[in-house]
Amino acid sequence: MTGLKFFLHNLKKNPLSFVGFAVIFIFIIIAIFAPLIAPTPKGQFNAYMIPRAGYTTVPKPPDAAHPFGTTEGQYDIFYGVIWGTRTAFVIGLTVIASILIIGLTLGSISGYFGGAIDEIIMRITDIFMAFPSLILAMAVTIALGPSIKTIMIALITVSWPPYARLVRGDILSVREEDFVKAARGVGSSHLRIILRHVLPNSIYPVLIMASLDIGAVVLSAAALSFLGLGVPTGYADWGQMISFSRNWIVGTVHNPFAYWYTVAIPGIFIFFFVLGWNLIGDAFRDILDPRLSRR
Amino acid sequence: MEFRTYLIRRLLLLIPVLIGVTFLIFMLLQFFSPAQRAMLYIHSPQQMRNLDLIIAKYGLNQPIWKQYWTWLLQIFHGNLGWSTVVGMPVTKAFASFLPATLELAIFATPLIIFTGIFLGTKAAANKDKLIDHITRIAAIVGWSLPTFWLGLLLLMVFYGFFSGFLPPERLGNAMDAVIHSSSFIRYTGMNTIDGILNWKWDVTLDALRHLVLPVITLTVINTAFIMRLMRSSMLETLGKGYVLTARAKGLPESDVINKHARRNAMIPILTISGYLFASIVNGVVITESIFDFKGLGWWAWEAAVNLDIPSLLAFALFSAVLFVITNLVVDLLYVRLDPRVRLGASEQ
Repeated sequence: MTGLKFFLHNLKKNPLSFVGFAVIFIFIIIAIFAPLIAPTPKGQFNAYMIPRAGYTTVPKPPDAAHPFGTTEGQYDIFYGVIWGTRTAFVIGLTVIASILIIGLTLGSISGYFGGAIDEIIMRITDIFMAFPSLILAMAVTIALGPSIKTIMIALITVSWPPYARLVRGDILSVREEDFVKAARGVGSSHLRIILRHVLPNSIYPVLIMASLDIGAVVLSAAALSFLGLGVPTGYADWGQMISFSRNWIVGTVHNPFAYWYTVAIPGIFIFFFVLGWNLIGDAFRDILDPRLSRR
Repeated sequence: MEFRTYLIRRLLLLIPVLIGVTFLIFMLLQFFSPAQRAMLYIHSPQQMRNLDLIIAKYGLNQPIWKQYWTWLLQIFHGNLGWSTVVGMPVTKAFASFLPATLELAIFATPLIIFTGIFLGTKAAANKDKLIDHITRIAAIVGWSLPTFWLGLLLLMVFYGFFSGFLPPERLGNAMDAVIHSSSFIRYTGMNTIDGILNWKWDVTLDALRHLVLPVITLTVINTAFIMRLMRSSMLETLGKGYVLTARAKGLPESDVINKHARRNAMIPILTISGYLFASIVNGVVITESIFDFKGLGWWAWEAAVNLDIPSLLAFALFSAVLFVITNLVVDLLYVRLDPRVRLGASEQ
């Protein structure tokens, strides 16, 4: 069987992965058609800022104008979660693409050249990996001042080292193959050897690891904004929308769940987004770890 | 390589990492103004009036290398600066918040490990049966749940709906007054233990009531990973020759699983203790901030939100040092426990 066929064959054995693909597909549709699903009010300059229906604090339950109600400060929940989908994709994809580039570059240099360069790069990864990720991310966010860009920089800072290590390890094992020696023998440049001969043979594990990390990245970004260290107030972001709901978890005397929509709705969006990626990831891991699936 | 050589090598490697950690933190500091950084050097409120003097004294306008050195010396002298959010020196604040976090971790960590190992073993022993599928889905759901969302939902039900049954914070008002009265001696700072030592069971019970939700939140989020690792490790062990032998001898399946397979399958769990530590530290910050549980994580969060730089950096430094040491201990234990580990290959 060819690689792709084998892959699809195994995927069929894991029906949950299709649920994952379906969930992510729905989110992609929401992100693409956000301007149609939740049109930006006329005269509003930045589409990512959630429109407000007044300035009172107490959230209002869903009605015709606000299908999911409004949260603290009268931010429209429906608009927020729809455009928040875009924010999630922007953060997830940008961070993953950046750490791939950094990881591939530093990992290849480290693994290919070895020696002192390798030692230095690996010690640097040690330093970054010495911090629990959220703590370092918090320190970076407050150092750079909160913004959506800062969140991404913070997440890139804490997530690249494992990638550099993985690439380095793969390259170490490919480096001594005959075809690399042959390329070196005919006088190819280092760059050409890395790009044409070494990387193509060791890139797949990294790409798969990256695709699985999107969910985790979005979860960390949401945690940072929930903690109040992320996006500017009113920016369409799921984590921040949950932080708006913090004061409304206890309802009124007669209705303990009076403000359920402020907590539940943004949370459901984060949860399903991350769940979708993890369901796909779970299937990938089974296929890639044949020792376990064939038994 | 001998164990002692290995140990010395690992200890030597620790030095550049720890220097690097302090340097990274110091570089992050450079984003702040000298006046903000001056907070790192003071230890009493009176000094705040003379920030210019502090800036001059510690050379906060000087070249970076000189500043780094002065700062490092300060740390080694145990002066971590002034925490503006709680209005006391960082070291003192640290000591006062540590017990709460320790208490939380002491309850949550064993629960996480035992639940993870128990469910993981069950899932592996019943591979592809109902319990395996249920735990698999539970694990995926568990690590897709945002910690903060789970915490808020739990509060909504157990604090909101069951009016005040499992409240946030560390203690209720009445018990808070008790522990701050003169007759109550705070031996450890951990309310559950101090309650017992002072023979005030109502304090212990109240403290436990406040611990339930944070502990559940931490456990749900962190168990999934251990459970899945335990399952795959168990599956691998169950395929080993000695398990086949044990079965062939006619041992009951429960003995095969509990005595022959599980013990060996638990070694990989040890190797991820470092990861678990980091994950719990991350979880503690979020959990404590949701439940208003005033420990180190809550303090770090308050510090971050209010730009109280010395406190946040002290916490970052502390967690990094502890994380590095945890990893070292784990690696050493691993070498000791598993004779198959070849020391020469430890770098890969």
